[in-house]
Amino acid sequence: MTPAWTILSAFFGALLVLLLPARMAAVSRIIALVASLVGAVAAAASCLARLNHAVVWDFDRAWIPTLGIRFHLAADGLSLTLLLLTGLVAVAGVLFSWNVERRPRAFFAFFLTIIGGVDGVFMSRDAFLLFVCYEIVILPKYLLIAVWGSTNKEYGAMKLTMYSIGSSALILIGLVVAYGASGGTSFDLAHLASTHYSPALQAWAFPILFVGFAVLAGMWPFHTWAPTGHVAAPTAASMLLAGVVMKLGAYGALCVALPLFPEGFEQWKPAIAALAVIGIVYGALTALSQKDLKFVIGYSSVSHMGFVLLGIAAGTHWGLRGAVLQMISHGIIAGLLFGIAGRVVYERTHTRDLTALREFDLWRTLPGAAIGFTLATAASMGLPGFSGFVAEISVAIGLWESSPWLVPAVALGIVITGAFSLRALHKAFFPVRQASDTTALPLAPLTWPEISAISLLIAVSLAIGLYPKPWVDLIDDGLRSPLFHSILSQP
Amino acid sequence: MAEPFHPYLPFLLWWVPLLPLIAGAVIAILPNRYGRVASQIATGALFLSCLIALAALLCSLTPGKMASSIPAVTWLTFGDVALQVGLWLDPMSAAMAAMVTFVALWIFVYSIGYMEKEARFGRFFGFLSLFCGAMLFVVLSNSLLLLFMAWELVGLASYMLIGFYFEKPTAAAAAQKAFITTRVGDMAFFIGMIWLYRQSGTLLFYDNGNGLLESGVLHSLAGATTVGGLAVSSAAALLLLVGAMGKSGQVPLHTWLPDAMEGPTPVSALIHAATMVAAGVFLVARTHPIFSAAADLNGLSLPLIAAAWIGGITALYAALVALAQTDIKRILAYSTVSQLGFMMVALGTGGVAAAMFHLIAHAFFKALLFLSAGSVIHGCHEEQDIRRMGGLRHAMPKTFVTYAVGMMALSGFPFVFSGFWSKEAILHKAQIWPGGHGPFLLAGAAALLTAFYMTRQALLVFFGVPRRPGVAHPHESPSVMLVPLYVLAAGAVLLALVGTPVWPWFEEWISGESARFDSGALMKPEVMHLIGLSLAIVTLGVGASWAIYRNVSSDSQAADPLAGKLGGVWRFLEQAMGFDALYEKAIIGPLAFFAGAIDALERQVFVPLMAVGESCVKRIGRWTGVSDEKGLNDGFDRLCSGLQNRAVSASRSQSGRPQAYLRAIGLGMSVLLILYFWLIA
Repeated sequence: MTPAWTILSAFFGALLVLLLPARMAAVSRIIALVASLVGAVAAAASCLARLNHAVVWDFDRAWIPTLGIRFHLAADGLSLTLLLLTGLVAVAGVLFSWNVERRPRAFFAFFLTIIGGVDGVFMSRDAFLLFVCYEIVILPKYLLIAVWGSTNKEYGAMKLTMYSIGSSALILIGLVVAYGASGGTSFDLAHLASTHYSPALQAWAFPILFVGFAVLAGMWPFHTWAPTGHVAAPTAASMLLAGVVMKLGAYGALCVALPLFPEGFEQWKPAIAALAVIGIVYGALTALSQKDLKFVIGYSSVSHMGFVLLGIAAGTHWGLRGAVLQMISHGIIAGLLFGIAGRVVYERTHTRDLTALREFDLWRTLPGAAIGFTLATAASMGLPGFSGFVAEISVAIGLWESSPWLVPAVALGIVITGAFSLRALHKAFFPVRQASDTTALPLAPLTWPEISAISLLIAVSLAIGLYPKPWVDLIDDGLRSPLFHSILSQP
Repeated sequence: MAEPFHPYLPFLLWWVPLLPLIAGAVIAILPNRYGRVASQIATGALFLSCLIALAALLCSLTPGKMASSIPAVTWLTFGDVALQVGLWLDPMSAAMAAMVTFVALWIFVYSIGYMEKEARFGRFFGFLSLFCGAMLFVVLSNSLLLLFMAWELVGLASYMLIGFYFEKPTAAAAAQKAFITTRVGDMAFFIGMIWLYRQSGTLLFYDNGNGLLESGVLHSLAGATTVGGLAVSSAAALLLLVGAMGKSGQVPLHTWLPDAMEGPTPVSALIHAATMVAAGVFLVARTHPIFSAAADLNGLSLPLIAAAWIGGITALYAALVALAQTDIKRILAYSTVSQLGFMMVALGTGGVAAAMFHLIAHAFFKALLFLSAGSVIHGCHEEQDIRRMGGLRHAMPKTFVTYAVGMMALSGFPFVFSGFWSKEAILHKAQIWPGGHGPFLLAGAAALLTAFYMTRQALLVFFGVPRRPGVAHPHESPSVMLVPLYVLAAGAVLLALVGTPVWPWFEEWISGESARFDSGALMKPEVMHLIGLSLAIVTLGVGASWAIYRNVSSDSQAADPLAGKLGGVWRFLEQAMGFDALYEKAIIGPLAFFAGAIDALERQVFVPLMAVGESCVKRIGRWTGVSDEKGLNDGFDRLCSGLQNRAVSASRSQSGRPQAYLRAIGLGMSVLLILYFWLIA
């Protein structure tokens, strides 16, 4: 199976769901599941093949020849790991949305469209195509939140979309500048990256392009869309937002902004690192005083994505690798946390308020969710054995090379992360009560889609945490691309 | 050196930590109603693991084949640099692994009786197994990375077990406090580890001459300097020391350990007395070459001096605080902190072997004390306040005997108890330390107080008259709980045989020499001198305590005899010298304030900023809307309505009458014909 199956299955699935007659609406979730599974399996198979040194899949056709735009998709190891992440989060997202009753056809069509767009971004080797795929994601995202969301959904959806569009505008400016300055003949990323732009141009063009992408990665102070958007979104959309859409921003920053303007990056590196560290500590501290479980997770996302940006800002091989690992790790863990908080718990208790949840005595009434959330919390705190630790240690090693004095700040962030994670875990799932107080009634036990989604994500996080080598090998494969030569060859 | 002791050992050794881990995983997926089965799985796995560990211990006794590396697994690679994980078996890790599995096994057996009525009986054994697996990885690891990973897992297991009764507010708070406080230390460890890795390119301890603890790397670490001219080895060692202080409850990171007594008593015995809290000491012992890499001619280096002083201060501090405690487990907890301080003193003053000997002896007698205390608590119907006990030696004679053995070993009763010789070895090292007499004096004073408060505890619990009238009679514990007590008591005594100056087998084995018997050693003046001093210390401590607490009042409400004499000082000690209050004011308060402030910033600044932006956009939108409506749109509208009018009049011709259409067609045809001919002509 080639990586093309990821994007094909998503768009084809979306089309198929839309064509379903109204009376067969219930079938839509099955189609969505199959489409996501095909995508995940295709990505996994391609990852395995690439580990065995299969040729990089590459699809290159002329598209708009007059502007030098090509339809160029390719998947090296780095893209493949992110495709696999997308596939896994998509499968889990469908499973967690198994009971969507309101307009399921439209819901799953939008869901699959997002997946297809995300897959497209991760594979695009042409800047214009990448931008198009990037835009494909925005509209369905808005509709998913505005129609199926909760808690201030119009506000959240609008804020998210405004930020997305604003960031797109910045990205477009950055790309057009690069296109023009490189001779206006081609949007090919490799071509754009191989052009040497004047340092003056790089100095002002880099921040535009980088910030454009970093907004979507939740960089402080452009992060506020993330918590409100995550909270307003329906579960599957929160999972996609935190799990993969935020990664689009990070991916763009890493694989477009850096290779295009390496000297601009060199100049702005300290500023990015500073913002990343502020984001890590700030997000963790804010999460410490939240009352809504989803807000805790939302701000923890800001904090965790700070590690991605910090790894990028380190600009070293270890740092970039750590950034990608953290993208994958956070994608899985945030998906899991949102899935449990938003779907498993909220659907049964109809509250996410940490004080109100106390009355439900969840560890006793919903033990499966409590176990799942405990493991997810452990993973989120970066405990060894889970994926977060591998990512954090890689970022820290990478950072040590470029700016060791920031490492203690990272450590501070990790400690506060522990504090807010345990606080939320205790308040929501293991509340202080009289041991004899067993008034809370048992809730409906976990359904099989819920159990499979939780197990899948935990298993992947553990797999990365216990034996990260294959993942790192794949990421390194991507980092060996000529795109990164100018970044990584710097002393 | 890399040659294994035995062909099967490399394969088998992995199973020492893996068996309990697997048992933990199996129990995790076992439904809660299979509690019995869970305890059998856990105990069985640990039994096998213990057998292998003892076999490994026997192997490591072979002279000349003292150490062996178990092949490493590459965990991460980066170009030609690899992060590897593997195991390492030498006398130190063999002794630790054997001790951990052996003590843990008996604590498991004890727990079967102690936790019998617990609703979450199976879970308890799952957590305990997870803990044992992780702890065994800590002691057997051949890389700092694997050690750190296991170290964190040990912390997780400890957190879950302290918070085992999480419905209790104090237990929930204690669990989180323990996790966060140790995590502060862990982060220092983390940074130190990264520093070492960046400097040396390896995290393996021993790697055929390229390992972190081998001379080549040590030399380069000691040669590189950092801020203030400090050698990198010393700077990294200081960071590792902070990590060790967090785990091993050294001042000022000790406050979590007394609170950790909220966990079930077997947990206190296994994790917060015998094994996990000793992990910090073990870390320093294991990485001791890094601590001493940049030592001067006297064998002094900054991290070693720091360890000696921190250990001394901790030993005395905790012994002082233990004087004024009334909870039977809290007294033991402070005594654990104090004894860990002794071990740190030993490490700082160069006595790795002395520290390890005290660590292992302490594991036996402190586990024994905790389990005996558990038996007392069990027998007194969950009473933990020693002021409300008294006279128990009649009701619980067997527990009394085992408790007395533990208490005498801890206080350092002479000659037959392991605690006497291990403490004596430490004092000896501290006395001859070239760095000054401070740690020696601190440790000596702590030893005196140890004898004092342990005698106080024993007198209040087992002697005198019962001070708790009107409750059911205390009872002796079942034999499933008593047998482990006998075994550990035997260990606390027998271990004395391998650590006397006459036959310092343990010390020489750990340091890689072959032991020899020297009956003259006892008669050496310095040894005689120190034995005399130890005797004096114990006699003074026990005697003073006996004088004060022999005739304690039979009223459980009466004030402690010392309280009146010490007044404010007593209250200060009762509150553990105010560390908790200080942290509450200096750290927790500001942090909470800061978090609140940032949350407010988020709500008050970012959200309004958005709102301002939104209203600006809306205003602009309204303005453009108006101009659009009046200017552009009006013209467009007029155009449109004009078009519409035309269309309406045009549509009138669409009358639907065929005659009209035919007429129009005929008219058109004739016009075309006329045009055609006119054009031809």
